[in-house]
Amino acid sequence: MSTTTPLRIELSAIDGIISSLRQQHYTVVGPTVRGASIVLDEISSTSDLPVGWMCEQAPARYRLIKLPVDSLFAHTVGPHSWKQYLFPPILRLFSANRNDGEIRIGDGLPGSDVPGAGDAVRPYAFLGVRSCDLHAILIQDKIFGGGPYQDAYYRRVREQTWIIAVNCTLASATCFCASTKTGPKASSGYDLALTEVITEQDHYFIVEVGTERGLKLLEGLNHRPANESETARAAELVEGTASQMARSLETENIREVLYQSADHTRWEAVAKRCLTCANCTMVCPTCFCATVEDTVDLTGMRAERLRKWDSCFNMDFSYIHGGSVRSSVKARYRHWLTHKLASWIDQFGTLGCVGCGRCITWCPVGIDITEEYRAIRDTTLTNLVPSSTEEVENGNA
Amino acid sequence: MKKEKKPKLAVWKFSSCDGCQLSLLDCEDELLTIADRIEIANFREASRQVLRGPYDISLVEGSITTPHDAERIHQVRRASKFLVTIGACATAGGIQALRNFKDVKEFVSLVYATPSYIETLNKSTPIADHVFVDFELRGCPISKTQLIDVLGALLVGRKPTTPTYSVCVECKQRGIVCGLVAFGPPCMGPVTQAGCNALCPSYHRGCYGCFGPKETPNTSALASYWRGLGMKNDELLRLHRSYNAYAEPFRKESEAHEK
Ligand code: SF4
Ligand code: SF4
Ligand code: SF4
Ligand code: SF4
Repeated sequence: MSTTTPLRIELSAIDGIISSLRQQHYTVVGPTVRGASIVLDEISSTSDLPVGWMCEQAPARYRLIKLPVDSLFAHTVGPHSWKQYLFPPILRLFSANRNDGEIRIGDGLPGSDVPGAGDAVRPYAFLGVRSCDLHAILIQDKIFGGGPYQDAYYRRVREQTWIIAVNCTLASATCFCASTKTGPKASSGYDLALTEVITEQDHYFIVEVGTERGLKLLEGLNHRPANESETARAAELVEGTASQMARSLETENIREVLYQSADHTRWEAVAKRCLTCANCTMVCPTCFCATVEDTVDLTGMRAERLRKWDSCFNMDFSYIHGGSVRSSVKARYRHWLTHKLASWIDQFGTLGCVGCGRCITWCPVGIDITEEYRAIRDTTLTNLVPSSTEEVENGNA
Repeated sequence: MKKEKKPKLAVWKFSSCDGCQLSLLDCEDELLTIADRIEIANFREASRQVLRGPYDISLVEGSITTPHDAERIHQVRRASKFLVTIGACATAGGIQALRNFKDVKEFVSLVYATPSYIETLNKSTPIADHVFVDFELRGCPISKTQLIDVLGALLVGRKPTTPTYSVCVECKQRGIVCGLVAFGPPCMGPVTQAGCNALCPSYHRGCYGCFGPKETPNTSALASYWRGLGMKNDELLRLHRSYNAYAEPFRKESEAHEK
């Protein structure tokens, strides 16, 4: 599908896309300004999008900046990520009710085999998915939807989800997707991918079509094949984003470097700064850990099982009989970074990091994953013992 | 469930404002259920009737600030099977523990017309400094949800669900945008225990630290980061010296900014 020639649509067609998805009963979710940042929420027209806003990001710092143009997508990723819709922060898995000495299980999730599970889930259309986040979704697809243990709810919601990607024409200072090969241009996994082009006289979008339904959506809207200069202009903008990127992660031999650095002194240094507050894992679009909480109400007649986002920075996370396995800050930070950048490769075949930079921006003390890894790599690489295991692809698939 | 004798609950007050006890009255919807499952044997805010001990569950509010308090808490302990401290006063000494950093005699002579009538201890101390405490509920005031959860847990013999991680986790679970990063008021959330469901951040305020230090709080890392942003010693001191001033991690951090 993605081989068809790129199309050109006008600014007004974005409203057409939103309203026809809404007519088909999709909940359209996209970026929108709320308070001091751009979050994800339901939108009903382009006026809900961050018109003329961009964001400035740095370690532990996020600010909105007003632009003199009516851009829709001049910002980058914010504090929210799409995982909150596919893998909700708090989800009731089921309930149990006691009645006349009998216990009845109910309220199962759609797709699960728990009694009372309805079929219907809220169908979502995600508008404005950046390439880094699209890769994160594809990674979570493997985690929740691949392999023998599948998350039925995730799959059910995900199957219906529309993805309208947006290629980035500006990067934030915390972005490093070019080095992890996960952006700034969406390569696959989308229904439609848009590149916003704004010139002095013109404001249009180059659309790449990824699916049949994506093409069908455009049918009722005004579009035409993009001419060469329009396509070139869009490509130039996205390439510019890649070359603009101030941060990078050197992915070559990353697994080997980390596996040989468990005793590196840098872990002690970062442990002095890290608050174990868990913000980095909560904002990370690939982090997938959750805990299960059982509660019983005061009557003793009703119990509920909830799933809540959890984090390897929390003590209970590694609690087994006798205490927490990773009680020191050092052990917890090392576990996190090593999982993201090394053991994730063994587990899922890709890096666990898509270079979105959220953990850098939203860390209250601005700890920077790329800087921590660089410090370790710079002092480990010279003594690196070659790994005997088979080659893995660097970066993400 | 067998019809058996209802467990007896007693509520005790030491130096405090009564706000935490009132959280129990505030459980409006659940109050009848509580009364149905538990015999409320001593709860002066609600009833003059006092039943004799021993008590299955004692909720203790307030800190120890007088010699009389220090004796009475032992009687409470002796009469209680399961003792739960409720709130920052009982758990950490409360706002009145600000006296612990000064000379209390001076306050007494300034505030009271006849200082000799006043019998008070030099320090306001948490209940756990005096007797064994089975469970602590944090907060100023406590969270109603956590209180009901603990009572429910005791009734069926399960573990209460009171996480010890940071307020930040609750912010992120609720999708609240972090003010610390996005507009920059100081926020104690990263070193404060969850439980309030990120109440202040949800109103665009920094967390005040009502629930006290979280598990493994790295207060010095946060303070030195803020100092790097230009925050002054007295502000750093005040941030750590409020409702939980005498909780050790906060106390040590505030003392580090004394000069
Ligand atoms: S790295 Fe930053 S965000 Fe992550 S736990 Fe440590 S202090 Fe919190
Ligand atoms: S580790 Fe950090 S930069 Fe990488 S995907 Fe997660 S939040 Fe983004
Ligand atoms: S990391 Fe890349 S794809 Fe993600 S927002 Fe930044 S530039 Fe865009
Ligand atoms: S607002 Fe405060 S509590 Fe919430 S995430 Fe930010 S630092 Fe943590």
